[in-house]
Amino acid sequence: MASDQKVLEVNDLNVHYFTPRGAVIAANAVNLYVKEGEIVGLVGESGCGKTTVAMSILQMVSAPGRIVGGEIKIEGQNIVNLPEKELRKIRWRKLALIPQGAMNSLNPVIKIREQMEDGITAHEKVRGVALRDKVFKLLNDVGLPERVYNMFPHELSGGMKQRVCIAMAVALNPVIIIADEPTSALDVVVQRVVAQTLLDVKTRLGVSMIMIGHDMGLQAQMVDRVAVMYAGNLVEVGPVGSIFEHPYHPYTRLLIDAIPSTKQKKSLKVTEGLTHDLRNPPRGCCFQFRCPFVRDACREKPPAFKQMAPDHFVACVQY
Amino acid sequence: MGGLTRSYFIQRVLMFFLTIWIGVTLTFVIPRLSGSDPTTAMLLTMMNQRGYVENADKIIESYKTSFGLNDPLPIQYIRYLGHVVRFDYGFSFARFPTAAWDMVTPALPWTLILLSVAAVLSFLIGVTVGSLMGWRKTPRWLQSILPISLTFTSIPYFMFGILLISIIAFKLHWLPATGGYSRSVDPGWNLPFIKDVLLHAVLPLISIVLTSMGGWALGMRGLMIGVNNEDYFLLAQAKGLSPARVFFRYGIRNAILPALTAFALGIGSLIGGSILVEFIFAYPGTGYTLYRAIQEQDYTVIQTITNLIIIITAAGVLILDLLYPLIDPRITYKRNVAS
Amino acid sequence: MAVLATNSNTQAAARRVNIWDTPWLNAKFVTGSSIIVLVLLFGLLGPLFWNTDLAFTASSPVNLPPMWDKGGSPEHPLGTESNGRDMLAQLVVGIPASLKVGLLAASIGMGIGILLGSLAGYLGGWTDHIIRTITDSVITIPSLMVLISIAAYVRMPDTTAMALILALFAWPGPTRLIRSQVLTLRERGFVRMALLSNVPALEIMLFEMVPNMLPWLAASLTGGISGAILGATGLEALGLGPTRVPSLGTIINYALNSSALVRGMVWWWLPPIITLVIIFTAFFLMTVGLDEIANPRLRGYGNGK
Repeated sequence: MASDQKVLEVNDLNVHYFTPRGAVIAANAVNLYVKEGEIVGLVGESGCGKTTVAMSILQMVSAPGRIVGGEIKIEGQNIVNLPEKELRKIRWRKLALIPQGAMNSLNPVIKIREQMEDGITAHEKVRGVALRDKVFKLLNDVGLPERVYNMFPHELSGGMKQRVCIAMAVALNPVIIIADEPTSALDVVVQRVVAQTLLDVKTRLGVSMIMIGHDMGLQAQMVDRVAVMYAGNLVEVGPVGSIFEHPYHPYTRLLIDAIPSTKQKKSLKVTEGLTHDLRNPPRGCCFQFRCPFVRDACREKPPAFKQMAPDHFVACVQY
Repeated sequence: MGGLTRSYFIQRVLMFFLTIWIGVTLTFVIPRLSGSDPTTAMLLTMMNQRGYVENADKIIESYKTSFGLNDPLPIQYIRYLGHVVRFDYGFSFARFPTAAWDMVTPALPWTLILLSVAAVLSFLIGVTVGSLMGWRKTPRWLQSILPISLTFTSIPYFMFGILLISIIAFKLHWLPATGGYSRSVDPGWNLPFIKDVLLHAVLPLISIVLTSMGGWALGMRGLMIGVNNEDYFLLAQAKGLSPARVFFRYGIRNAILPALTAFALGIGSLIGGSILVEFIFAYPGTGYTLYRAIQEQDYTVIQTITNLIIIITAAGVLILDLLYPLIDPRITYKRNVAS
Repeated sequence: MAVLATNSNTQAAARRVNIWDTPWLNAKFVTGSSIIVLVLLFGLLGPLFWNTDLAFTASSPVNLPPMWDKGGSPEHPLGTESNGRDMLAQLVVGIPASLKVGLLAASIGMGIGILLGSLAGYLGGWTDHIIRTITDSVITIPSLMVLISIAAYVRMPDTTAMALILALFAWPGPTRLIRSQVLTLRERGFVRMALLSNVPALEIMLFEMVPNMLPWLAASLTGGISGAILGATGLEALGLGPTRVPSLGTIINYALNSSALVRGMVWWWLPPIITLVIIFTAFFLMTVGLDEIANPRLRGYGNGK
């Protein structure tokens, strides 16, 4: 289903947060691409840098964070350090966001119609009835009634709000959508509805997507490829089938093992040790403090990516 | 539209009356708690001070009857509330037989106009400065000069007024020092008079605005920083909206709501402080009348002005409260929970 | 192996935390409190170096300019005013008087605020509703007006009486603050734990909540002190303060009544105003600094440099 055209490329991205006690390395030499019509899942535990990567792609890393190196290309155009004015033209038209947390992503004191319309009118010359009809259609597409048009966010449920956000994101047929944990903070049934809406819209529009999450189970059902992050580093990237069938990196295995299953009872695996202080990462592999298979070679230099299967790469000295 | 619900309306109107009731009751109860009977005390002081008072018998007689000094306190209190409700406090002490109310009314427009302009101006400027200070996208040069506007924040209005009078009026002779208008102009709807009135209002206005806007600015800065981190603010930026639109519709629009609540709560102290400014500038408003009344120990006039200001302030708060639901669709209970 | 490595890591983190690395060393807070200490020392140590009897009427020659002006004398370095009071002596007596009024009134207000605020926050329901309604009402009353009208009746013998009357309006601010803090803290894990384990309410308040509210309480107190001093000065400037003891506001009142402004006697009205401006600015800095300590987000943006 995906063509080979790369719509988004993240090359060697480095993001640091400058704190009084040293720079926190939130993204370290991250390389990632998304092909046309593809959904790439970006997973890892909280604080691993996945939201930082998302914010970098949106060029919305806020102080004290800063992109200190690398490039981000959308349809071949590097958007790192693009002037604000140029950037605004790309935002929403090519690059849309479905935010994390359904509760606060809509302005509580502005009507839904205005919040949906301003994103459209900022980039397109649509006015009056045409604009209203467009918003109606978008609402219909995500399965919301037209009366939502004149409502305030506090009159909607969490799931409805998140569907408004999805409708907003697809309004201008963007090249790529960043969905930042789109179903977190929703209850399980609503999660399914929202995830289904997302898939429907995606299939209909053929839009590419980066989906951020920590729930491997949800990822398995929605994405085409998975990228696993740990402490600011990508550790494994591959097609979803290949990764679930054969996770190479010990951390990926850990994540997959953490998916609860009804078929077998398994004891919860808790790895000892903490993530290292992100201000001064150890020499060598980023996972060495928690890895059950750690050996001397891990502490010497960071492992390079090796291809294990078609399109399936891992950074681990074992292979 | 959320808007104004009946229960919210009733609740706010009740608050309005409660505020007035507490205010006027305090001015009645506290002096009497202190032991001495104020009315007798003030009559004695007046006699002592002047030795001879024109119409002294009449005054004493009118007070004995109108205050009913021999009645028990609760009855006096109820009668006092009656005065409050009817805006009738009897005769002026110092200028018998002028009614206290008639001493105050000519001063009222001056105060109302000066204070409402000052309050609105200081809030608007303060909110603008504060929002710009709290906004990430504010240009660096602006960020660095904005805090200068906070310089006078902690100075009491009237002290700043004294400094302004001595420097701008007496040293530089740029603006008139005191009064509401010059003797040389004819009061009325003519251009020289209006110009003169405006010139006289400049210094009192500046001394209130420059010293009070910093408070709003600091509060607004904090609120704006908070909004800057809200998800909807980030989403608005991601939508590629113009910075102006993000700033106004997703920044100020939200941050100003708690600021307005603070403004409603702060009106009282703003008015209290401004009364002193009128006194410093000999501005012909209620503040100056109050000062003269204190000098002349004209207790009925003091009482009239105090209660009037309490009522006016409460009315200002009520108006803000009733307008609030129009700009915050979520209304009612919520605002009582936080802030 | 892994455990070892982790240990060395936390040690490294611990080493970096030293006693100087505390939010209480906020520049604004430190500057403000240093100024207050200096002003206080001036008032407290002043009587050791200067005769405070000179602060009273007819103790000195009248209308002397300060010593650096023509006609000034080193016996009255800051000059004297029309009633023959020495300016320096008046400042030495007036500063502690004004600070005392502020501290006393604000502390009483804070005490009432802690009581009412925690009652409202803890008990909720009708208690909360009543306390909240009254607090919100009183806070909108133009307190200075009511104080003026009270002070016009009640001749205040001394600064303590003055402080008591000022305290009448010093409690709603702290009450609101403490109520909302109690409500927030109640939902926090450690307080819930304490509530569930049947720890007495007073103990929870004192040992679990107060330490967490400390910067807020301190900010409220410094704000309250300067508010009370402001009210006191206002009353005094109108001639409604205690008349026996000179205070900063009383000096301004005498100066205004004697047309010091028109007569160009700058040395009369300026020193009390400058002193008060310094005091207010210092408390203002302390309050803003404490706000930043309480709410780290207000510390502004470093731009990664």
